[in-house]
Amino acid sequence: MDYIGIDIGSTAAKIVVRGDHAQQMLLPTGWSSRETARLIEERLRDAGVPLGTANARTVATGYGRNAVAFADRQVTEITCHAHGSAQDSGGTCTVIDVGGQDTKVIRVEDGVVSDFLMNDKCAAGTGKFIEIMANRLNVTIEELFAFAQRGNVLPISALCTVFAESEVISYIGEGHPREDIAAGVVDSVAGKVATLCFRQRLLPQIVLTGGLCHSPYFAERLSEKLGAAVHPLENGHFAGAYGASLLAEKR
Amino acid sequence: MIQLPKNFETYPEARKAGFLRMKELKDRGQRVVGMFCSFVPTELIYAADAIPIGLCAFTDEPIPAAEAHLPRNLCPLIKASYGFALTDTCPYFYFSDFIVGETTCDGKRKMFELLDEIKHTHVMQLPPSRTGALALESWKAEIIRFKEALEQFYQIEITDDKIREAIRRKNHERDVMLRFLELGKCKPAALSGYELGTRLDAAAFSFDLEARCAEVEARTAEILADWNANKKGTVSNRPRLLVTGCPNTGVRDKIIKAVEDMGADVVCFDACNGLRDKLRKVDENLPVMDALAQKYLDITCSVMSPNPQRLTDIGDMIDQYQADGVIEIILQACHTYNIESYEVKRYVTEQKGKAYLCIETDYSKADSGQIATRLGAFLEMLG
Repeated sequence: MDYIGIDIGSTAAKIVVRGDHAQQMLLPTGWSSRETARLIEERLRDAGVPLGTANARTVATGYGRNAVAFADRQVTEITCHAHGSAQDSGGTCTVIDVGGQDTKVIRVEDGVVSDFLMNDKCAAGTGKFIEIMANRLNVTIEELFAFAQRGNVLPISALCTVFAESEVISYIGEGHPREDIAAGVVDSVAGKVATLCFRQRLLPQIVLTGGLCHSPYFAERLSEKLGAAVHPLENGHFAGAYGASLLAEKR
Repeated sequence: MIQLPKNFETYPEARKAGFLRMKELKDRGQRVVGMFCSFVPTELIYAADAIPIGLCAFTDEPIPAAEAHLPRNLCPLIKASYGFALTDTCPYFYFSDFIVGETTCDGKRKMFELLDEIKHTHVMQLPPSRTGALALESWKAEIIRFKEALEQFYQIEITDDKIREAIRRKNHERDVMLRFLELGKCKPAALSGYELGTRLDAAAFSFDLEARCAEVEARTAEILADWNANKKGTVSNRPRLLVTGCPNTGVRDKIIKAVEDMGADVVCFDACNGLRDKLRKVDENLPVMDALAQKYLDITCSVMSPNPQRLTDIGDMIDQYQADGVIEIILQACHTYNIESYEVKRYVTEQKGKAYLCIETDYSKADSGQIATRLGAFLEMLG
């Protein structure tokens, strides 16, 4: 038996298979989630996952969830992230998911979502912001975090990503070190994520998931802003897909 | 001479029909007063033998035109209201004799100054609070000033008897609309929230008050009969939702229809196009001006500070309509509802123990996908 969770996000598609063909996959979403879904189906079949039989159950999530025609059902990424993240915390925690196009703060109590918030129509507190600024600084996202760690924060005050990019360009023009600008970029995202978090009563256990959970530095900055420890979830990039595979088993 | 707008020939059919219908009314000499908000005492307009008509304010079509004069970061309802007026695309604005506005927010208050340059706009100065004896007094004075404005504009006298008659007719209408909205109490749901909302909005464009009531009464009876025959006693696992917040007509498709398509029933509206203005009627035993002032000051709009009755009403609605969750709709830049949403969330989740979701949006389709995800997650959360 295989339980398959597929999370097609705005930037990356994450796949978790639990069962006889246990594995995980990561691929770029590309321009078409339908095309990505087709590719995923092909890869899973190649790996021997018996899609379309009684021995495989699939849940799709993420913004591209409706493109996964072979899924048994679709569940929103909020519910999937909650299921995929809360297990280690005994089912009760606040999940902060910083994704490619949105950021979510999910309150999970006894394994069930009791409240959630998402950022509104704005890239400023998301992975997209980091990506854009990394491009501008001509570094990879990993390098940006490494630079940031060595720098002193240059404040980036613009609320809009496009204007913030102009601010970064001004700093570059003024000859500020890349380290300081990078530190400013990370600080800005952490600040905006924290502001969203403060709109909800945070639980004692706080878990970080999504693309940015690989950076201990980001978690550190965010913990500082929140005045509470934020624990990056191991394999947190796959939390949504993992949650989806758990939900696939549930039914 | 009553004329159609210059660009009339380029309008789509439905809009043309609206203009022709209004022109016909005007050709017959009908008095028409345009308005935006439920704080306007329409009884006075009826007493002047005029008809009150709600003006177009609910699509994003004229917003780019409005943004030539108004800031972008403003409520879509205000921008649309002004844009429709500016572009001659709202037949009701175009054919209104004059407009009556009210100071229910700073955005509207200042927009009306510009609107007045397009068509005469009488603005009623609403006090910002019910607290203090002067609040009711000043509001009563504004209602009297509005009556005088009507008298002066039409060169008529509005007698107390005419007002009393209008109060009676409007109270009857409130009763009829309330009974229709109370269909939402049926469990399982008797009709969609989408129909509850669209039918009430459509009824407002049935200009003969008695005919309007008859249509809605007939539909109420029809739905109730169908419910008794086919649905009563059956069990539905669809969660029941209460919708609160700003006027929702302009976002009905992307929120109310969307959440119902996903498997919920919207059963109750705490909104100015819902129950809010219908729960309390005009007291038919008080002197007419006192009665009108009292009734309209009691509307539980967030512009009033403080506004505790709104929370009490929401609590009663949750109980009476057996709501499982509450969705609050905030139109972008509506500060009063946006700030009050914190109190609503706290009340709904802590006092009533129900789930709460707040969506801040405008009339664009840009966030439909994101809203669908939130609605989906909210329903998953309700189980």
